[in-house]
Amino acid sequence: MKTPLNPFLIGFAVLVYIFLVGPLIIVLGASVSDTTYLTFPPQGLSLRWFENIFEISAFRRTIITSLEIAFLATALALLIGIPAAYALNRYRIALPSWLSTVFVLPILVPEIVLGFSLLKSVAVGASTPIFLTLLIGHTLIVLPYAVRVVSASLASFDFSVEEAAISLGSPPVKTFFTIVLPNVRSGVIAAFILAFITSINDVSTSLFLTGPGISTLPIQILAHVEQFFDPTIASVSVLLMFLTVAVMAIVERTLGLTFLAK
Amino acid sequence: MLKRHIGWWMTVPAILLVLLFLILPVVATIGTTFGEEKGLLAPYIAFFNSGFQRRALLRTLEISLATTAISLVVGFLTAYVVARAPGRLKSLLIIAAVFPLLTGVVVRSFAWLIILGKNGILNNTLVALGITAEPFAMLYTEGAVIVAMVYLFVPLMILTLVGVLENIPEDVLQASSSLGASPSATFRQVVFPLAVPGLIVGAVLVFTGSFTSYATPQLVGGEQQMVMGTLMYQRAMVRFDWVGASTIAAIMCVLTIAIVLVMSRVARRLNPMAT
Repeated sequence: MKTPLNPFLIGFAVLVYIFLVGPLIIVLGASVSDTTYLTFPPQGLSLRWFENIFEISAFRRTIITSLEIAFLATALALLIGIPAAYALNRYRIALPSWLSTVFVLPILVPEIVLGFSLLKSVAVGASTPIFLTLLIGHTLIVLPYAVRVVSASLASFDFSVEEAAISLGSPPVKTFFTIVLPNVRSGVIAAFILAFITSINDVSTSLFLTGPGISTLPIQILAHVEQFFDPTIASVSVLLMFLTVAVMAIVERTLGLTFLAK
Repeated sequence: MLKRHIGWWMTVPAILLVLLFLILPVVATIGTTFGEEKGLLAPYIAFFNSGFQRRALLRTLEISLATTAISLVVGFLTAYVVARAPGRLKSLLIIAAVFPLLTGVVVRSFAWLIILGKNGILNNTLVALGITAEPFAMLYTEGAVIVAMVYLFVPLMILTLVGVLENIPEDVLQASSSLGASPSATFRQVVFPLAVPGLIVGAVLVFTGSFTSYATPQLVGGEQQMVMGTLMYQRAMVRFDWVGASTIAAIMCVLTIAIVLVMSRVARRLNPMAT
C-alpha cells in the first residue's frame, strides 16, 4: 500500500513539467511565425523560415558536415568500442579493473578542454586536417556510450552459450557474429542512437575545431544568432527536435525509454 | 602468446585512441602552463592577478553552485512524484524529461532568448499586465544564465534520481509506516538518507557540467557574464593567448576531476545500503 502524495508536491511537479516543456513549445510556435523577427505567439502561419534554412548555404553545408561526422564518429566508436566492451565482460578476471575507467575518461575531461587540446596538439601541432581532427574529437566523446551501453547488455549475456557453440566446432570469430552480436543487438542500436545524437548536438568539443568551410550545425547556429534574430534558428531547432523524436521512437522500440533513467 | 592476451588486444584500439588523442593532448595543454620563462607558476599568478579573470572564476563558481542547489531541490521533489506515479503516467513523465535532455544545448538555450529578450514573451506579458511600464533587461544577467542552466540540468537530475528512488525497496517504506512514521517522517528519515548517494552523483554531474559549459553562458549571458568556458574561448581565439587559455583549461580540468574523484568516494561511503 502506498501512502498518498502531498497535493502541494504534485502541484510543484506539474509546474516543473510546464517549465520543462514550455520553452520547447515556444520555439515550435516561433518557427512558424510569418514575421521577420522572433515572436510568440506566432503572428500568421508560414513555413518560409524552414525554406530559408536550405537557402542559406552555410546551413546546407554544416548540416551535411554534422551528419557526416555523426555517422563516421559513431561507426568508428562502435568499431573499436564493441571489442573493448566484449573483452571487458568476457575476460573480466584477466583484465585489471582500472581498464574500464580509461573509457570513462572522455566524460571526465571537460569537452571544451578536449577540443582546445586537439586544436593545439593534433590540428596545429601535427598539421592534421580539421575535418579529421573534428572526427577524432567526436569519436572520443561518443566512445563511452559505445563501451558502456554495449557493456551493459553484454553483462546479461550468458557466455556459456558462446562456449557451447565453439566447443561444437564453430570458429570463434563466426561465433561472435552469429551468437554474441545478435544477442546484444538492442544494446548496439541504443549505443548507436545515443552516440549519434550526442555528436549532432555537440558544441564544446567542436567549438575550437572549425576551420574555413568546415563547421558543424550547432556552431553555425551560435554564429547565426549573433548576427540575425530571425525565426530561421527556431526552424532549425524544430528540425533538430524532430530528429530527437525519431531517436526516442527508436530507443523505445529497442530498449524501452526507461532504460535512459538508469 | 596472442591467445593468452586476446582480451588485451581487443581493448588496444580504444586505449590507443584515448591515450593518443585525449590523455596526451590534455597533458600537453596543462604542461605548457608550467613551461614559461617568467617562472613556474607565472601563468597562474597572472590569472589570479587579473581582476577580470578572477571575477569570471568567481561568477562561474556562483552560477554553478546556484544551478546545482536549485536543480537538486527541484529534481529531487519532482523525481519523488515521478517515481510514485502509476505505470503509464510514469512512462509519460519520463519521456517528457528525456525529450529535453536529448534536444541539444543550443536549442534549449536559444529558447530562453525568445523568453527573456527585451521584446521577449516575459517582458511583453509584464508590460501588457501593467506590472512594469518599460521592458527591463533580463537577458545577459547572471540570473538569466542560472535559469537557463537549471532548465538544462533539471531533466538530468530527475532521471538520475528516479532511478535512485526506484531502487529503494518498497518493504523498507512499508516497515517505516507500519512502525508508525508519518509520510513526511518516512520521507525525511528513510527516503532522503537512502537517496543521498544519488543526490551526490547528480550534484557532481550538474556542477561539473555547468562549471565547464560554453553554449548557454555565451547565448544567454554574453560578454557581460563571462564564465570560464567563454573566457577560455576568448583568450584562445580572439586574443590568441594560448598560454592564458591553457591556464584556464588546466584550472577547469583539475577542479572537475578532483570534485568527481572526491565526491564519488564520499557517495560510496555514505551509501547506507552498501554491504
